[in-house]
Amino acid sequence: MFILITGLLLGGTYALIALGLNLQYGVARIMNLANGEMLVAGGFAAFWLYTAGQINPIAALLVIAPLAFAANWLIYQVMLVPLVKRAKSRGALEVDSILATFGMSFAFVGIMSWIFGGGYFNYAFLATPVDLFGSSYAQNRVVAFVLAVLIGGALWLWLSFTRAGLNLRAVSVNPRSAPLVGIDVRAASALAFALGGAVTATGGALVSMFFTLDASVGVLFTMKALIIVIMGGVGDIRGTIVAAVLLGIAETAVARLIDPGLTLAAAYLLFLLVLLFRPQGLFGKAQT
Amino acid sequence: MSAREVRNLLVSVVLLGLCALLPVYGSAYWLTMGTTMAMFAVLATSWALFSGPTHYISLATAAFFGVGTFVTGLWFQSLPFWALPLIAAVAGAALAALVGLVTLRLSGVYFVIFTLGLAEMVRQVFTWVQNQTGARGMYVLTSLTEREIFWMLLALGTLVYLAGWLIGRSRLGFALRIIGNDETVAKHSGIDTARAKVLLFMVPGAAAAAAGAMLAPRYIYIEPATAFAPLLSFQVVIMALLGGTGRLWGPIAGVIPFTLLWEAITRQAPNQTLLLLGLAFLLIVYVLPGGFVGLWDRARRRWGGR
Repeated sequence: MFILITGLLLGGTYALIALGLNLQYGVARIMNLANGEMLVAGGFAAFWLYTAGQINPIAALLVIAPLAFAANWLIYQVMLVPLVKRAKSRGALEVDSILATFGMSFAFVGIMSWIFGGGYFNYAFLATPVDLFGSSYAQNRVVAFVLAVLIGGALWLWLSFTRAGLNLRAVSVNPRSAPLVGIDVRAASALAFALGGAVTATGGALVSMFFTLDASVGVLFTMKALIIVIMGGVGDIRGTIVAAVLLGIAETAVARLIDPGLTLAAAYLLFLLVLLFRPQGLFGKAQT
Repeated sequence: MSAREVRNLLVSVVLLGLCALLPVYGSAYWLTMGTTMAMFAVLATSWALFSGPTHYISLATAAFFGVGTFVTGLWFQSLPFWALPLIAAVAGAALAALVGLVTLRLSGVYFVIFTLGLAEMVRQVFTWVQNQTGARGMYVLTSLTEREIFWMLLALGTLVYLAGWLIGRSRLGFALRIIGNDETVAKHSGIDTARAKVLLFMVPGAAAAAAGAMLAPRYIYIEPATAFAPLLSFQVVIMALLGGTGRLWGPIAGVIPFTLLWEAITRQAPNQTLLLLGLAFLLIVYVLPGGFVGLWDRARRRWGGR
């Protein structure tokens, strides 16, 4: 029971991070390997606002999310649009965007460790225990989970029931047909990329409430988010959430029962099973 | 053999001879640099053999390399040294075959993601096994000097070149060029694409593991955290792409300047190496998509010649 709930709490934040990546990959078709660095940047911002300005991390989200949105929109327009224009096929864009975002990822790590130093950082926020179902959990984890569910739910509602959300889903299904019904694919892609970045940075701020981060830890989160997106299926919100919770539980179980140093190996085991048996994602249909 | 091939062969032999004599005329500093360059030449050239034609970006180099160093660390006392690179090559090829069988049936993104975390995952498993058995890092103390390591790497590099040249002329190489241009066409003309890719991916796996086995004595102390440092994979990708993967000699054209630059940066500003790595990636994508090879070919086309 303890493992299940801890895993669920962890999976909730993972789901938010992976949703960000899924928007970027599913709609904008950019495999963003700098995603983890955006997360760390969000965490850094929350840490800095909390320690220097005494600003509650939850309130800080109101600053972090719009900033991340703007930064990611700029990144898409300045750095990625030339690649999209140049690409002859989806494969070529994939290779180019992977290399470009690797470059950004390293550059971000370099810049962040320049500004903040190479050390670890964390802060104590709501570090008091709460009791649930007979065991106690840190309050900050529970708060992070609730926020992740609220934000993820809002995102899902927005995608499902608004005109702009419909546009994004249309581009995700078929970017070549979308212009035929009057959708500006480039604007939609930029919006999805920026939104995805904002969601990821928000996830980073939530993670920083209970995780110790440092400048170079981003790639680990990128890796997990990628595994979740592939497990859940590209562009599939429901699958992403289920996959994130599965990963959270698997990691917690391995860390508790075998060895805390094996969490990535646990993620890889899941990844391996998905690749072997359901490469189209948990709920995806087999491609013909 | 045509006159052109004879000329290329002669040039290669002379260049190889000049490299092999480096310990004779070069200082100790240049021998160290030469060994590093030889290592990256092996890694980048074998990387480009697979990733050049297929456009699959492999980040598994560090995993193969680490497996190689561990082969040496575990058995250098019980087996003759010449056997270790061979065992490492077999182990590396086997690991590559496993990874390839799982991922290369699917699209390229799965492959990149899987190899991205591979080194870290193998490191976690090795660390865990060590914790279980109570073993710690290992000392690799041999009588090998830098000079002998350099020569071994040079020989390995020559082998990789010969392999690349032979693959380029073989049915396998032809099949891979078709796969790289259009995988659907390749399938329809009866090529078993997954098999061809897995076979070829075993080449960099074997080469990187053998290089790791040869270089283990240089590190003296081996532990999972250093043997599987993921940075190595990225350095190799940068060097190969900077040189260009279109030709066999391309990666070397990237290895030499980048090793010198890296050395200068680590000495002047050790904290900025990651920033440099990032900027190099961006430079390749936005300014030099074909690497130095692409520049060279464009220049030749422009100024006459063939």
